[in-house]
Amino acid sequence: MGNTLFDKIWEKHVVKTIAGGPSVLYIDKHFIHEVTSPQAFKGLQQRGLSVSRPRQVVATADHNVPTLNQHLPIKEELSRIQVEQLKKNCADFGIELYGLGHPYQGIVHVIGPELGITLPGMTIVCGDSHTSTHGAFGTIAFGIGTSEVEMVLATQCLMQTRPKLMRINVEGKLNRGVVSKDIILYIIAQISASGATGYAVEYAGSAIRNLSMEARMTICNMSIEMGARCGMIAPDDTTFAYIKGREFAPQGSAWEQTVNNWSTLYSDADAVFDKELHIKAEDIEPMITYGTNPGMGIGITGHVPALGEIDEREKPSFEKSLSYMGLTPGENIKGKKVDYVFIGSCTNSRIEDLRMVASFVKGKKKADNVEVWVVPGSKQVEKQAIEEGINKVFEDAGFVLRQPGCSACLGMNEDKIPAGKYCISTSNRNFEGRQGPGARTLLASPLTAAAAAVTGEIADVRELI
Amino acid sequence: MGKSINIIESRAVPLNIENIDTDQIIPARFLKATSREGFGKNLFRDWRYENGDEQKPKPGFPLNNPVYSGKILVAAKNFGCGSSREHAAWAIKDYGFDVVVSSFFADIFKNNALNNFLLPVLVPENFLQQIFDEVHKDPSTILEVNLEDQYIEIASTGAKESFDINSYKKTCLLNGYDDIDYLLNMKPEIDKFEKQYEEHKIYG
Repeated sequence: MGNTLFDKIWEKHVVKTIAGGPSVLYIDKHFIHEVTSPQAFKGLQQRGLSVSRPRQVVATADHNVPTLNQHLPIKEELSRIQVEQLKKNCADFGIELYGLGHPYQGIVHVIGPELGITLPGMTIVCGDSHTSTHGAFGTIAFGIGTSEVEMVLATQCLMQTRPKLMRINVEGKLNRGVVSKDIILYIIAQISASGATGYAVEYAGSAIRNLSMEARMTICNMSIEMGARCGMIAPDDTTFAYIKGREFAPQGSAWEQTVNNWSTLYSDADAVFDKELHIKAEDIEPMITYGTNPGMGIGITGHVPALGEIDEREKPSFEKSLSYMGLTPGENIKGKKVDYVFIGSCTNSRIEDLRMVASFVKGKKKADNVEVWVVPGSKQVEKQAIEEGINKVFEDAGFVLRQPGCSACLGMNEDKIPAGKYCISTSNRNFEGRQGPGARTLLASPLTAAAAAVTGEIADVRELI
Repeated sequence: MGKSINIIESRAVPLNIENIDTDQIIPARFLKATSREGFGKNLFRDWRYENGDEQKPKPGFPLNNPVYSGKILVAAKNFGCGSSREHAAWAIKDYGFDVVVSSFFADIFKNNALNNFLLPVLVPENFLQQIFDEVHKDPSTILEVNLEDQYIEIASTGAKESFDINSYKKTCLLNGYDDIDYLLNMKPEIDKFEKQYEEHKIYG
């Protein structure tokens, strides 16, 4: 029986397997940010420990940072303290920090890949569930809690039980106006917000192969939204071309040898998975969520499920969700007015996302009833957007291009959606209050978000391109 | 840490809602602390209070209903999904719960709970329903959770169900051990691993 991509990487990193328990897994790269690390550093101090391998740790400030006037001190006191604490901890423990003002600062899952820190074959962790993003490069990458952050800082190792393995094959050609965000929203809608819990998911098939790295990252990013431990895609020429020449990527004579190693990272033809799904790319239309978990998604021409379509046991949760969203069972989603459009987050804030929106929006204006925020994923993305004149396109359309950070994805910084307002968002979670207390989130692709920006309502982007 | 747990006999607080994500358990705006303490007061903040106002508890929410109390939280399937924030486990523990019972737990939450001596007890859907029924019928219903023997029992009906936990974690919880101590003691093995790993690593 052949080996899976997952096992090829996993087996190289197992230091020891405890009888009747987890494995001790060696971690190659550990990303940290200001929100989930302070208590871990405090723990190290209390135990009198140093950081085991500071060079394998990279820090940035993203969750709490303002996205306007980043040159000024952070107004909100607790946010400022957290960002300053990170700075102090990094200085005290010898960790590289790409903090506010640094040209590499940005959302942790955007900067890792764009700097060439994320490389195929690695194990990567971060105190953030969207660490699954890095799996797009053929890595085992997953989110951890703060106690685990402390473990990795102290020992460069982590206790993990081996997950079961699932492969999701997406074959065929995507319809016009359908992008990778729609693929992942479609998958989650099919298998539910808990459908992959306990599994590491490998995405495969021609539709996945044909995607760019940015698009693959969007898919792996949302693996956690169906409960998966991690998501991964076997590295190929697209991967290698993306990595080549990036700041921390292997250079010179090491490059070729490394690419040869990476080329062994795929699931063998006779590899067996615990579960396998097959999806036809042509079945997918632009997707949007109507409820309060990412599994509550429908095609843009579809309707909110009627009560009769919901399992009896799930009705209370379904009704609670629709009542929060202010939607009626059975109603069509298209044509609903929206108030805010948020284009950003670790799911969709890379240069390709911004280019996609700009090329659609060029020459158009935003609708009067919406406010549109575009938040680049990193300083590098922001710089590139300005160099390419994308900022001008947004300005002409009436969009606001803000500065890098997690922004309105999680309502932790100043960027919050007011209670009761509808926000079509390219982020990853539509949980109650996620974008601010009472905020109503509709998850969609950057293209569908852009279509809402110019029409002021939920629109089918296919009718506009 | 030294907060070992074994037998917990207590009333329970029922939360019959599916897919409770960690943003509900503790909203992001309360994650700004730099210590682990004090998160309990913001547990389920936006479900507990009208417009986040502590003076206006929502009467329908079980945590605000004086008939429900105890060290055991019972929740519907896919509990703890979403964000990896360990603050969710800290908040539940700090509020006074030692056990969460559900028919399905999200992975990261489960690990975080175990690392904080908060015991996740996974039971079949029909047993979970029995617990909800009994507790709704009589809020003074006592549940007994026995970690050593790995079972949960509804005292009034005698209905009993076993639950799984890996033997390593069980030993940790029973004795108050934590993973960091274990890993620190493995330092020589980890160092040895690193040496051979350097020569064979995949990514150059």
